[in-house]
Parts: sequence; structure tokens; C-alpha cells
Amino acid sequence: MAALLDELPRFFSYYNVIFLAQAFAYTAGLSLVGCGLGFVAGFGLAVLRQERVMRFAPVRILALLYVELFRRIPFLVLLMVVFFGFQLAGADVPMFVVAATTVALSAAAFSAENVRAGLEAVHRNQWDAAETLNMGGLRALRLVVLPQAWRIIIPPSMTYAVGLVKATSIASQIGVAELTFAAKILNQKGFSPALCFGTILVLYFVLCWSLNRFAAHLEVRLAPSRSR
Amino acid sequence: MGYTLQYGQVTPYLGYLAGGAWLALQIAAVAFLIGWAIGLVCASVLHYGPRPARWLVRAYVTFFLNTPLLVQIFFIYFALPDYGILIGSVEAVILGMSLNAGAYMAEIQRAGFASIRRAEIEAAETLGFSRLQQIRYVILPHIAKVLYPPLSNQYIILTMTTSVAAIFGVEELTGRAYNINAQTFRSLEIFSIAAVYYVVLTVIASAVLYAIGRFLFRIKGKVF
Amino acid sequence: MPHLVLDSLSADYGRDPVLSDVGLSVERGEIVSIIGPSGSGKSTLLRVLVGLLRPRAGTVAVAGTPVDYGSDAALRKVRERFAIVFQQYNLFQNMTALRNVTVAPTVVKGRPAGEVEAEARALLAKVGLSHRVEAYPDELSGGQQQRVAIARALALKPDILLLDEVTSALDPELVSEVLDTIRLLAADGMTMLIVSHEMAFVREISSKVVFMADGRVVETGPPAQIFDAPQTERCADFVRRILRH
Ligand SMILES: Nc1ncnc2c1ncn2[C@@H]1O[C@H](COP(=O)(O)OP(=O)(O)O)[C@@H](O)[C@H]1O
Ligand SMILES: [Mg+2]
Repeated sequence: MAALLDELPRFFSYYNVIFLAQAFAYTAGLSLVGCGLGFVAGFGLAVLRQERVMRFAPVRILALLYVELFRRIPFLVLLMVVFFGFQLAGADVPMFVVAATTVALSAAAFSAENVRAGLEAVHRNQWDAAETLNMGGLRALRLVVLPQAWRIIIPPSMTYAVGLVKATSIASQIGVAELTFAAKILNQKGFSPALCFGTILVLYFVLCWSLNRFAAHLEVRLAPSRSR
Repeated sequence: MGYTLQYGQVTPYLGYLAGGAWLALQIAAVAFLIGWAIGLVCASVLHYGPRPARWLVRAYVTFFLNTPLLVQIFFIYFALPDYGILIGSVEAVILGMSLNAGAYMAEIQRAGFASIRRAEIEAAETLGFSRLQQIRYVILPHIAKVLYPPLSNQYIILTMTTSVAAIFGVEELTGRAYNINAQTFRSLEIFSIAAVYYVVLTVIASAVLYAIGRFLFRIKGKVF
Repeated sequence: MPHLVLDSLSADYGRDPVLSDVGLSVERGEIVSIIGPSGSGKSTLLRVLVGLLRPRAGTVAVAGTPVDYGSDAALRKVRERFAIVFQQYNLFQNMTALRNVTVAPTVVKGRPAGEVEAEARALLAKVGLSHRVEAYPDELSGGQQQRVAIARALALKPDILLLDEVTSALDPELVSEVLDTIRLLAADGMTMLIVSHEMAFVREISSKVVFMADGRVVETGPPAQIFDAPQTERCADFVRRILRH
């Protein structure tokens, strides 16, 4: 313990603090970009799964298949598939793109489930009424169903996003400069593992805990005490 | 685009991969059981324990729910030896997974306990059930039914989570995929096959857990 | 020529037939009521007419022209002629009463907002809600919601109005305000097909009553026949039981 205290000033040097701050930003950025893209894609998938919107059954089945497949592939394995996929396609892309693509592919599958649950929580009589008024699926979605569903969709999506922030630690395996990778570098430079990994555990905690609190806050705020 | 997928070169390894899948299932099962026990103790403390103990358990659960499993295992595997706690890679992975799963299952089981309805117990009391009979015929069946779906989900999530063991050199499914990749360099083929293994594994687990839930507790909802 | 003719209409939800061989005709301006036990297929019949469920067999004709339920484009035409009011009102929960009434004419039909709004206010006044136009559905009583739903259906200027147990979800003291609204429409000469359990009202307002059971039309006749001298055992049985309370 005393040794750890001795090491502290050296560990929290100016350069290390900057290094960790950058890694923190990288983790946050990777999560944001990946989740953002993934949510948009997942939203599209959920909509394509709605019989009222997509009349052509094969497309609905493909959307379902995507969701069922991709939520069952571990993040690390998906990361490897994407990594080698880009490599073998001859696409020389930055590692950030590889990592963000993986996050997005995974987030799409899980977001699609959240969005679907939200859409289905809106009573089907709302769809019926829209249909008899000749609204058409997409219009009913935009004017009637989404305005009621988004407050059911957002909180679990936020909670899921926290899960993805944690999953981005696995992207350290392909050497992107996020938090976990930064800790490994510092560890290799000779700093003690307890300090390196302990510090980033705290940083992850700060990020995830705040996000979770925010999600909980939203859940209370958005709770449909009245249905609009 | 000179690359063509050649699954032929990796077919000899399918059995070897299946062995890895078996190890993955075992790791998931052990982590699940330990995590369940941890979760049960923690949920009981959260419900019935004294204030300091509750506070401690809250801290444990909150910490593990808000940090990545991979870093937790890194800490266990690399930092603990500095303090004289030597631990093998499989053990480190299982310990990390169990502690992590324990936090989730504490949350799940706490919510399950909280869902026991006063009214049901009162109804049982007016029917003249003894305390033990209440537990046996009212409380336990209710808890089982409420907890079964989220705990089943947890088991499937754990099955997928085992893949991080590969990072610590454990030769489970993903670890063996790394090994084959090093020998054959058919990277995309081997990792896509590994992905399919996980899909098949979890689909089977979902189906079995669904069937059990349906049979034992008449739960109709889908599992994972 | 009858305004609406159904001939040998059959439908199902994928398994057992829910409607079999249903036939009936409605003259222009006529009010026809459908009665029958719960589960006999009354709602399903109305759902088929508005194209929420495609018929398995049979034909529907409006003013002598067969209705095509085959394509989305044809369905849109169908829904310009039929408007339906549901038992549970099905108002859009995220819109005010006024917006519920104006949304389809403006968005779907692309009519000018000012004109539509004036019409909608007039319709809401007609159903007695001119003071509640800015209220959301959850701020309205069941009877008020149901009257908004009627106004919403009328805003599309349908040929034929279908009413599915529009008073069944209402507290007893709210029933009469909705029935009064329907009487008003009857006085305007609106052709209506009404599913109802309000037997006194059915008797008063309809020129023809259709008794359904198990997805079939069992007996059709003027109210005097159905209620006082039913020709079939099942209809007599049903009427006896429902009139007892
Ligand atoms: N969406 C549906 N899916 C499957 N079966 C349905 C559905 N709606 C109604 N049914 C069945 O169709 C039959 C007729 O129902 P319905 O038309 O609602 O009867 P009614 O309005 O006369 O009470 C019933 O047996 C009912 O169970
Ligand atoms: Mg009905």
C-alpha cells in the first residue's frame, strides 16, 4: 500500500493525466458515434419489422434475422469479424472505424429490440384508427405512434448504451487508444497494475454511473403518467 | 480484391471449436452458479440486512454494474498478484464473471423479492396457511415465476461473455478460434464460424430455457 | 338501388371462419342495426367493411359498384366511403380533440388547414364539444371522447358510418349524450350500420335489425319483428335474455 502511495505522484504526471483524459474522450467518442449510428440503424430495423409499415414479409424476416443473429454474437468475436472483414476487403480504414462499426452493428440489434418493444407498447387500436383514416403505415408511425412511443423507448436505450460503453473496453484488443488500452500501455511502462487498472475503473465508473443516473432520471421524467 | 473465402481449410477444426464451446458452457455455468449465490446473499442483505451491510452491498453492486468486466478481470489477474494473491487465468476470468454476474443477479433478485405482494400473503393467511406453507405454496412459486425469465437471460448473456476469457489465453471457443487463426490465417472464416457457434449455442439455450419455463412455471414469454 | 349490399361475405383471422356467408343490404339514408351475442362476429364484419381485415370470399357493393379490397390503392378508396367509430374510441392520445378531427383531412387529403379547422370546429360544436376542442383525450370523459371520435369520422365526409358498440365502454349516465349525437346524424339522413346492445335505442332508430350468431346472419327484419315476433329460436332466445334486464 505504501509503495502505491509513493508511486502516485509519478503516475499522475502531467503527461499521464493528458494521456488518460484523451483515452477517456476516445472511449466517450467511440461510444457516442457507435451508439448513435447503431440506434439509427436499430430504429430502422424495428420499423421494418412492423407489419403495418412493411407489407413485404421477406424484409420483415430479414430484419428479424439480423436482430436475432447480432445480439447473440459476443462483442469480441464481432470485433474480430469486422476487423478481418475490413482487412480482407482491402479497405485500409482507421481502427476507430473498425471499433465504431462493431459498436454500431451490436447496438443496432439491441436498439431494434428496445424500439420494437416501445412501438408495441402503443395500443394497436391507435394503428387501427390511423389506418381507417387512410394514414398509411409510415405516416401513422410519425404522427401517432412515435409521439407516444418515444418516452418508452428512450430510458432502456440509455441503459443499454451504458452496456456498450463498457463493451468498448474490448476494443482495446485491436489497439484503439481508448481507456483500457491506455491502462495497458501505462502498465507496460512499469506503473503498477493496481494503479493503472484501478484508475480507469474509476473513470469508467464516473462515465457509466452518470449515464445510468441520467437514464433513471429520464425514466421518471418520461413515465407516461398521462399517455401523451 | 484477391481474397476468396475458403471455409474448406477450417472444416477440420470444427470439432476442436466444439470442444471450446463445451468449455465456454462450463465456465458460464460455474460463473452463473457462483454469481447466483452472491446475488442471493446480496439481495437478502439489501432486503433484511442491517444498514451498514446494506450500504456495503449497494456499493459493491453499483461499482460492478458501472465498470467493464474486462477491466475488472485485468485488475484481478494483474493487480492482485502484487498483493500476494496469485490466481490462474481461468480462475481470474471465472472470479470476475461471478462478481459481475453477482451484481446483476443481486439487482434481479432484489426486484423479485420486492414484487411479493402483501395481498397474496394475506390471502394465504386468511386461508389458514402456516408460515412454512405460505413460503412453500405462495412465496416460492411466485418468486420462481418472477425470477426465472431475467435469470435465464443472465445465463445466456454469461455464455456470450465467456468469450473475454480468450483475452487471458483461456482456450474456450473464442480462444480456440484465435489458435486456429494463428495456424491457418483464414481469419474471417474462423471468426465467422465462431460467431455462428455462439448463435447456435445461445439459440439452443434460449429454446431449452423457454421449454423449461413453460413446463415448470407456465411462463409464456420468450427467453432472451 | 340499395346503398350498400353485402353478399356471401366470409372472413377469418387465419383459422376458423369468423364470418360465414353474411348477406345484407342497406338503403341510402337507412339505419340498420346489428345485434347478437358477444363473439358472433359483429365487430369483425365492420372491420372487414373498412378494410382492416380482408374478406375471404363474397362481395361488397356501394351504390351498385363492387368494392375492391385487393390493393392498397383500392383500400384507400374504400375508406373514403366508410368511416368507423370504435367501442374504445381509439382517439389519438397525443393529439387534442381538434387535432384528432383535423389530422386526416389536412395530412391525408391535403386540404387547406384553415378550411378544415373551421369544419372541425363546427363538427365538434355539433357533437356538443365546442368548449373542449383543445383538450387531450385523457382530459375528456368517455362520452366526450366518443363524441370526438364521431366528429373525427364525420370529418372525412363518409357515405356510410359504421358504429361499433359506441356506448358499451361508457358509464350509464354518459350513454344518452352519445345516443343523442347519433339521433342527430340520423336526422341528417346519414346511412349508418350500427352494432349496439342498447335495445330500446336500436328499436327506436333502426328501420332494419340484423341478428347474428356464430358469424352468420340468423334473422333479418324490422324491429317489430325481431323484438316482438322473432321467427327463429336463437333470435327469440337472445332477445328474451337481453330484454329481461
Ligand atoms: N384479432 C383477432 N384475432 C383472432 N380472433 C379474433 C380477433 N378478433 C376477434 N376474433 C374472434 O372472432 C370472433 C368474433 O369476434 P368479434 O367480431 O369481435 O365479435 P363481436 O364483435 O360480435 O363480439 C370471436 O370468436 C373472436 O374470438
Ligand atoms: Mg365487438
